[in-house]
Amino acid sequence: MNRFFQLSFTVLLLWLISVTGCATIPKDALTLSPETLAQRQIQTRKYQTKDEGKILAACAGLLQDMGFNLDESETKLGVITSSKTRTAVNIGQQAAAVAVVLFGGVYMPTDKEQRMRASVVTRPIGERGEYIAVRVTFQRIVWNTQGQVTTSESLTDPKIYQEFFDKLSKAIFLEAQEI
Amino acid sequence: MKNKAGLILIVISLFIVGCATTQERLLDSDSSQVQLRSIQTRAFDTTDKEKTLRTIISTLQDLGFVIDKADATLGIVSATKLEHYALRITVTVRPRGETQLLVRANAQYNVTPVTDPEPYQQFFTSLEKAMFLTAHQAD
Repeated sequence: MNRFFQLSFTVLLLWLISVTGCATIPKDALTLSPETLAQRQIQTRKYQTKDEGKILAACAGLLQDMGFNLDESETKLGVITSSKTRTAVNIGQQAAAVAVVLFGGVYMPTDKEQRMRASVVTRPIGERGEYIAVRVTFQRIVWNTQGQVTTSESLTDPKIYQEFFDKLSKAIFLEAQEI
Repeated sequence: MKNKAGLILIVISLFIVGCATTQERLLDSDSSQVQLRSIQTRAFDTTDKEKTLRTIISTLQDLGFVIDKADATLGIVSATKLEHYALRITVTVRPRGETQLLVRANAQYNVTPVTDPEPYQQFFTSLEKAMFLTAHQAD
């Protein structure tokens, strides 16, 4: 019996620690790491031009092509932010939820909609500012049928970024170069 | 009967207390404002506001943030990081005297304000590297 109490006390303590852990910011949230620098490479290309305005305008057009609505822009700092809301209904997940109900289980909420955000930042680089670097970042939040957030994440698949820059290169008739 | 009335009274009083405490979050005046300001602020030896803002933006991107908005005239940048949590940060830049800029950051982690010195120190360490300048304690 003593053992049992000891065990439950430990479990309780661990649970308490994990709960309080959730309330504070993770240690690595604001530190640079090799991974963050790898991300920078994937998310950035440079174009040989001095015309930052032209690049920004092309990015705005491209975001529109991808169905994003522009939220904010600041030409002086080379920033455009945009977002879109789309369905997040997943056939597999729905089928699983239906199956659970059929077998006498309780109703499981499924993913319903997602808000996706894209933000583009340009800046002149090179010794005489002969290049414009373009960095795009994507993230999304997914809500389920009960309005709860089920996912909030950065989108890091290199394929997304490759496709974005392929399209951007076509739009501005310039070859994208890795940084 | 008397029991029931007592229960209702307790529930109502809980509601009232609950309302008062959640509204207090608007001004968040429980923490020492002066201390918080010094934790959140550093001075840099430069007067180039635009370049500083651009460096802040790229540092935030390096740290995994997506930029929400930026304003060169006001000298503000806001950004959000989603990594199974939501970390929102606002950074402001304003001149201090003739030779320095003051950079101030404030962050919220999910629904709590970040008041620890450590995360801010980490942010300014990252920023220092990108600025090629030392961050001075502002007070």
